[in-house]
Amino acid sequence: MMNLHRKHIILFEKVVSIDRACRYVLVVCFCIISILHSRSQTSITDKKRIETELEMKVEAEYRYFFNESKFSNQYDHFPSLSAQPEFGATWDDGNQKLKAIAFFRLDRDENRTHADLRELYYLKSKNRWTASIGFKKLYWGVIESNHLVDIINQTDAVESFDGEKKLGQPMLQFTYITKKMGTIDAIYMPYHRKRAFNGEHGRLRFGTVLDKDDLSYESDAEEWHQNFALRWKHYVGIVDIGLSHFYGNGREPLFEVDQTGNINAFYPIINQSGLDLQITHSAFLWKLESIYRHAKAQDFFAAAAGVEYTFSNIDHNGLDIGLLVEYLYDERDELALTGLQNDLFFGSRIAFNDINDTSILIGGIADLDKSSKIFSLEASRRFGSNWTAEIEARLFSDIDDDEFILLNFAEDSFLRLAIARFF
Amino acid sequence: MKLSILFSFIMSMTVLLSAQSPEERGLEIAKLAEAADEGFGSSKVELKMTLKNKNGQTSERFLTNQTLELIEDGDKSLIVFNSPKDVKGTATLTFTHKEGADDQWLYLPALSRVKRIASNNKSGPFVGSEFAYEDLSSQEVEKYTYKFLKEEGPLLYVEQFPVDPKSGYTRRIVVYNKDKGYRQESTEFYDRKNSLLKTLTLSDYTLYKNKFWRASTFVMVNHQSNKETTLEFSDYNFDTDLSDEDFTEAALIRAGS
Repeated sequence: MMNLHRKHIILFEKVVSIDRACRYVLVVCFCIISILHSRSQTSITDKKRIETELEMKVEAEYRYFFNESKFSNQYDHFPSLSAQPEFGATWDDGNQKLKAIAFFRLDRDENRTHADLRELYYLKSKNRWTASIGFKKLYWGVIESNHLVDIINQTDAVESFDGEKKLGQPMLQFTYITKKMGTIDAIYMPYHRKRAFNGEHGRLRFGTVLDKDDLSYESDAEEWHQNFALRWKHYVGIVDIGLSHFYGNGREPLFEVDQTGNINAFYPIINQSGLDLQITHSAFLWKLESIYRHAKAQDFFAAAAGVEYTFSNIDHNGLDIGLLVEYLYDERDELALTGLQNDLFFGSRIAFNDINDTSILIGGIADLDKSSKIFSLEASRRFGSNWTAEIEARLFSDIDDDEFILLNFAEDSFLRLAIARFF
Repeated sequence: MKLSILFSFIMSMTVLLSAQSPEERGLEIAKLAEAADEGFGSSKVELKMTLKNKNGQTSERFLTNQTLELIEDGDKSLIVFNSPKDVKGTATLTFTHKEGADDQWLYLPALSRVKRIASNNKSGPFVGSEFAYEDLSSQEVEKYTYKFLKEEGPLLYVEQFPVDPKSGYTRRIVVYNKDKGYRQESTEFYDRKNSLLKTLTLSDYTLYKNKFWRASTFVMVNHQSNKETTLEFSDYNFDTDLSDEDFTEAALIRAGS
């Protein structure tokens, strides 16, 4: 009992001390929030009216890994709590905005216990220009099962297996909407954020416990090596196209095996060009994503192509069933961090379009060279107006002995149940 | 005797030749209704949607809708969800076209992702409500063929047949009020089996800018499922001066995030 209590205190201290800078920014941000919040009650004129909102999501989660762990000290049961407070202020007819989203998690895995500033930015738009400064999240791409082109934000790797949760990225962003030639984004990023890895007691980790601080940089400037990105996005009729280029510290660490067999992991300086394309024709969405990444130690090409088709309103009651097939290629072969080097993804999205937004996503990824397969299921629905429930399952099946990355996770199939309350 | 037969023959020929067919009259009314609403430019409105199931249990959604009027082509619209909280920030951008499929993008705030989506699901329900997507999309004259049914005082009954085979309806009967700028008073929807499916009643009209009639309350009753959806519009704003760049992917992201 005593022990358990101490454990909690340690976990709590970990949250508090995890990122001093993060905490400092949060304090400043909530001071601004309270000032704006009080001002919003007093301002009258429409043009100057400040609309504010303060919300919070609190989630209780339970992850259960039902296979015996591959490495020692790994737990099977992971009860966890997370909170995501959110603040927004909009004024000047929506042309100016301040947004803040913080995230906290408390978990049995010491590295999964973490805090992050997901967003904290000020935005101003005028006619065809928009400028924003601060921590932001941007998403690029069209493919569902892998995200190649999406490069701006570091993945919050301890938060989700599919890589869809991201850390906030400090940036200065300019967006210009041209008259007839689409939208141009120019992004300057002064700082790189390292990817976190699950801790000693956590699952979905490598045999050696990696600490994010163990990883170094190719650049002497380390995390302060300056990053730039440019993106052009346009649509003509049924075609949506995006072209992008990124220069700076890579978001994915590079694993190099030296002659003595030691693994050296670091963040390389990269140039990455990306293409994302979607053709939307009747109920078909044809998708293509492709990247070419250049670094001193590694050059490679990766692509993903697929199709999504939706049978809509099948039962005349709103039931939609979507079918997805995607092919994933990565020249890095077994060094691809995602393990998706020559794989086929198939999936189905079932949406009931009912009052509770009930939806189910099932899928499988099969390696075409090896026996490895990953199956997944995600289902969610709302209860009342402020509660949601989610079920998630990931199954690693027949993971091939030749898998460099995935083999570490072979015994890490899990079930996850999450219940969230919105305030 | 012969003269009177000849006379009535001539009379009926005159009526047949000069009067419009019911199809022409129906089309004319639809065009008059469109013309009466032309020139609003752009508007912004807050919307409360109340969904009621057959047991009377209700659930609510709050949305903001911005519209940009286009004369040559269909209107552009941007809808943002403000509640329920788990879908807050979800937004859609729609470019309606007079002919062919509409263009539609969806913003998902949890991923900060914009996704172009297929717009052929016209008959499906909008967020679990009794409104189908096609009931809420911009009403363009070209999307129907018409047949005038009857006139009762100021009320004109026009039968409308959707051009798109993917529509969930065989026909609908729209009641226009010719004394009030051809505003719509009610609509009956007939399903693919031609039986009465839904009735929409519009009420609490306000005249904006001395020209544009806008109803504050839309009630859609589904006669087959006994479910009901009410839309309540408030804070209609015709002075927003929105332009093309307010209806772009960049604007969609800004509105939802």
